Amino acid sequence: MPDAAPEATAGPDLLGDAELLRRLYRQMVLIRRFEERVHALRQSGALQGSAHLYVGQESVAVGVCARLRWNDYVASTHRGHGHAIAKGVDVARMMAELFGRETGTNHGKGGSMHIADAAVGMLGATGVVGAGVPMALGAALSARTRGTDQVAVAFFGDGAMGQGLVYECLNMSRIWKLPLVFVCENNGYAESTPVEYALGTKHLAGRAEAFGVPAATVDGQDVFAVYGEMGRAVARARGGGGPSFLECQTYRYYGHFIGDDPRRYRTAEEEAYYRARDCIERFERAVVGRGALAEAELRAIDEEVGRTIEAAVRFAEESRPPAPSALTTDVYAR
Amino acid sequence: MARELLFSRAENEALRQEMERDPTVILMGEDVAGGAGRADQGFIDAWGGPMGATKGLIQRFGPERVIDTPICEMGFIGAAVGAAVTGLRPVAELMFVNFVGVCLDPIMNEGAFLRYMLGGQVSVPLVIKTAIGATGRAPERGGGSAAQHSGSMYSIFAHVPGLKCVAPSDPYTAKGLLIAAIRDDDPVVYCSHRQLAGTKGEVPEAPYTVPIGKARTLRPGRDVTLVGIARMTGVCLEAADRLAGKGVEAEVVDLLSLSPLDEETLVESVRRTGHLVVVDEDTPRCSVARDVAAVIADRAVDHLDGPVKTVTAPHAPVPYSGVLEAAYVPTPEAVVAAALATLRD
Repeated sequence: MPDAAPEATAGPDLLGDAELLRRLYRQMVLIRRFEERVHALRQSGALQGSAHLYVGQESVAVGVCARLRWNDYVASTHRGHGHAIAKGVDVARMMAELFGRETGTNHGKGGSMHIADAAVGMLGATGVVGAGVPMALGAALSARTRGTDQVAVAFFGDGAMGQGLVYECLNMSRIWKLPLVFVCENNGYAESTPVEYALGTKHLAGRAEAFGVPAATVDGQDVFAVYGEMGRAVARARGGGGPSFLECQTYRYYGHFIGDDPRRYRTAEEEAYYRARDCIERFERAVVGRGALAEAELRAIDEEVGRTIEAAVRFAEESRPPAPSALTTDVYAR
Repeated sequence: MARELLFSRAENEALRQEMERDPTVILMGEDVAGGAGRADQGFIDAWGGPMGATKGLIQRFGPERVIDTPICEMGFIGAAVGAAVTGLRPVAELMFVNFVGVCLDPIMNEGAFLRYMLGGQVSVPLVIKTAIGATGRAPERGGGSAAQHSGSMYSIFAHVPGLKCVAPSDPYTAKGLLIAAIRDDDPVVYCSHRQLAGTKGEVPEAPYTVPIGKARTLRPGRDVTLVGIARMTGVCLEAADRLAGKGVEAEVVDLLSLSPLDEETLVESVRRTGHLVVVDEDTPRCSVARDVAAVIADRAVDHLDGPVKTVTAPHAPVPYSGVLEAAYVPTPEAVVAAALATLRD
């Protein structure tokens, strides 16, 4: 287990930026409440369909995306709800997508694993482990060829570190010095398979460095640590300095998918260790304890987020399913 | 007099004209220029692609738009998909179609399905240009390129919804279909038969398109319809000449587009001739040839006056030995025999 400090590591510059703190907090809570609501809807039987929850990892998506502009690109994974929300995708349209409704981000044709919103640079999630990485690489190549200063981010997990494709992309990103940030969310498990079994070294950053890509390892349950390291990576990318690799050590609280019981492959003690380092609680202790935000402000955000999620569920439930004619539309552009 | 051009130069001209017309068109692949990064030593454009089809483009458009990739088809074709959904129109060269074995995921699960999965939010204007076919080298001297560098395999692409797939048969259709593929907003697999690369034909200099989704009737006839794909269209034309000597008028349809399939032209032709022979260098199971036969069975069976015949490669990988390779590929003799057989029945 990583040596995670129990407190988040906010420096005085960050603690002085109340607007940023509110935004980080709201997005982390928005992701958590969205995911908890999806879980409850699945448990009650009101909702069906494949879904992989992001609970526990919120600080990674939020810390990374807080450094991005609206038109920067993100390629996501099967566990992508957090990335989408952090990139600015509307939660009502996301919820409608999970309900398979016409009003969903993908008009009901993608579901949880493919949520995308091209308007905010969310290129979409992919259900094939590692397959989003070359998409982000291509977006970075596209940005540079078109002469923009956009940056692309590839989110992937420790499971993807077993896919050869990721190493092809590390190599290409370096030889072409592309504005790309590899964000490896190491949550300890590829489906049910522990990382210490599946990867021959714990030092994932060293793998990137072997390709000539600057790399760092951060406590992914500390949003300030992620935000800080991501700032360096984005500055490098936008400044023409090429790719970076960020290993964010984190943990998912639920199983691989909704319905997977993680106690079949991990202990209660291990779960307790990470829950004691919960990213939202650590954030709250850091900012309230040091007087950067008042607790009442956080509670007000909690309430607003709660209303937003309930409105999203109502929007989804009241939306129409796709018309049968949609079955064969958008197979081709023409 | 009309200008003649080599098939591979017709492709080169299509790429050059489209890259001049549209700055978002880029070319990427292994050795599309070759000898990359050694301009300071006087090396540039060492290969210009394995068939020379991309020769000269890097001098005109530079390494930012003519991108030599490392050997990593899954990675660079995945990147081409990512570039296609973010404002570029990449032409990704898959050196030989057999290499689809290492990159079907970005072609199918990403490139072909993205638009549908995302509810129409994005288009994927991507061309995958690939070489197909047996080498046709002299049977008495060694052999060809064997199983992993000589396949046709286009039925894999025709099977995938979201993909289009075309196979030109001469320099004219090579240029026109490649330009059409580049301008198309969907992913198109462009299959270039390696034996056609050195053939010559009339090619207009000004840019033009050959429509994707349309077959072309090359020779009218009223007794039997011969359908050819890529190099097999020439085999059909030769068979039609021989059949004429036997008093049989064969109609030759050049399929050109394997997906979408031009069912109307096929059905209309068989309605007139009552007989069908489909000639395909690909292996027979789940093939384009059998698909054409199934369309006719479904839509024109009442007009058939004999069994549908398919002349294809055997259900075997492509062999190395020149003697075996020659026996592997459909010949005009086999097409003539199949046509006479369906006319006799």
